[in-house]
Amino acid sequence: MVTAAHYLGLSAILFSIGVVGVLTRRNVIVIMMSIELMLNSANLLFVTFSNQLGDMTGHVFVFMVMAVAAGEAALGLAIVLTMFRNEETVDIDRISVLKG
Amino acid sequence: MASIPIPDINIGAIGPEITLCVIAMGILMAEVFSPSRKNRDLMGLVAFGGVVVAGLITMSFQGESFTTFSGTYIVDNFSTFFKLICLLATGLTILVSIRYCEEENIHEGEYYALLLFTTVGMLFMASGEDLMTIYMGLEVMSLSLYALAGYTKTRRESNEASLKYFILGGFSSAILLYGMALIYGASGTTKLAGVSEALMGGSVNTTLIAVGVVLTLVGFAFKVSAVPFHMWTPDVYQGAPVPITGFMSAGPKAAAFAAMFRLFAEAFAPLQNDWWLLLWILAAVTMTAGNLFALAQNNVKRMLAYSSIAHAGYILMGVAAANETGSSGALFYLLAYTFMNIAAFAIVGIVASKGEERVSFKDYTGLGYKYPLLGATLTVMIFSLAGIPPTAGFVGKFYIFMAVVEKGYIVLAIIGVLNAVISVFYYLKLTVYMYMRDERVETTKIVLQPSMIIALLLSLYGVLIIGLAPSAYMSFAKSAFLSF
Repeated sequence: MVTAAHYLGLSAILFSIGVVGVLTRRNVIVIMMSIELMLNSANLLFVTFSNQLGDMTGHVFVFMVMAVAAGEAALGLAIVLTMFRNEETVDIDRISVLKG
Repeated sequence: MASIPIPDINIGAIGPEITLCVIAMGILMAEVFSPSRKNRDLMGLVAFGGVVVAGLITMSFQGESFTTFSGTYIVDNFSTFFKLICLLATGLTILVSIRYCEEENIHEGEYYALLLFTTVGMLFMASGEDLMTIYMGLEVMSLSLYALAGYTKTRRESNEASLKYFILGGFSSAILLYGMALIYGASGTTKLAGVSEALMGGSVNTTLIAVGVVLTLVGFAFKVSAVPFHMWTPDVYQGAPVPITGFMSAGPKAAAFAAMFRLFAEAFAPLQNDWWLLLWILAAVTMTAGNLFALAQNNVKRMLAYSSIAHAGYILMGVAAANETGSSGALFYLLAYTFMNIAAFAIVGIVASKGEERVSFKDYTGLGYKYPLLGATLTVMIFSLAGIPPTAGFVGKFYIFMAVVEKGYIVLAIIGVLNAVISVFYYLKLTVYMYMRDERVETTKIVLQPSMIIALLLSLYGVLIIGLAPSAYMSFAKSAFLSF
């Protein structure tokens, strides 16, 4: 029997994988994927609660988040592309003009 | 047959947002149909006109208080105050940008369109009465800002700033969203008033709400660049185009504070005994770390970035106090801060010249003698940032420290005053370079456009008039708090 607690647990695990991914991975594309994972874990949480509470607000919120995530992915790839033209790398450790 | 209920829709209430959206899209369209360069340079003025109109519409709402769009959007003095701060920041930034765009050969209207879209997001955040409105406003604002930070595409610094801002901004938004999801789960609603009611009822799951509040706080701490979530700030501020740096440090920060205020002072008000200590620590650490790091900088842009972190700490003091003086003091401070910081960054941009080459302290040697008026303006802004009377910065700090003492957080007030003293050191370092160093360095000739002169005069007027006669502005800030 799959209960709400299972969904909450799954969502927490996905969120943690996302956080660890952002903090440890060096490839910008992988970092972007980790951020998407974090957003989707929040979506899962919204849908679970929405179902539990019998309230549609959570569903609506998820659609908003999906739209934002799509925009964010497009913008992120554009930024990576402009950077790649100048630096020829997507490794975040090798991008370090600014420091101090 | 059951009729479908139609929610209350008040298009007039979002008049400022609609105006800005229409103008921004108009600019994008005009780009396509009018390829001549001369017309493109007019886009800045069109955008400025849009901001003025939006400001007038916003002002007409002063004194009103109502929610619309099924209670997701609120118009009250608080939102009006913050909207005016945001529009002021955008207006000044557009005036400053006209010169920058000429110098850096940016002839696209998208620059101004993106600025206006950022402003739309900020206005929605200031009026957000629902977690959804706040989140959407935040994202509209952030997505446009990521693009603006990397606008000078061929500069490597700008690329890097944009990338870092994007990664950490996305990361913090995701954390904030997760917190919002937990709050929704615990309270069963996304409306701020509803969350507050559910908390008052006492039947909520305390674990969910506790984790939710902490994650939301972390998300907002990233956005207002509070220590220890500030690591993106210096790099992004240093790399982004100068007018955008000034803008980021004023407008979006004010909008983030607006949403944070509303969330903590309204939705989480029943939990105040639990969260005030978190904000207390955040404020103390933020201002101390910001000021100490600022001491060690040689790059003026980076120094101002750390100083903006320190200022976020002062404003957080007002949020932590959460009493009337504290809130209105923080509002007042944000208004003063918008004038002084955008003007300071504008002058940094003027001195930096093409390609933003000249941004270290020694590039300011003798500036006060070579360009007396420019030097004097920068000095006034620096004095205001340091909190020296009779400037706006002093009055703002005074109100915030008073609020903290009123609330009984004496230690926090002492930390604040010590920090203000430390900050004087690095601010005055700049004036020392301008007036008290003999060796002259090569400077390119500085020519100021009318738009830049207007922006600087406006800021000077703002800083001095708010400093000398603060009562009118203070009563406006007070009414903004009372309407809550």
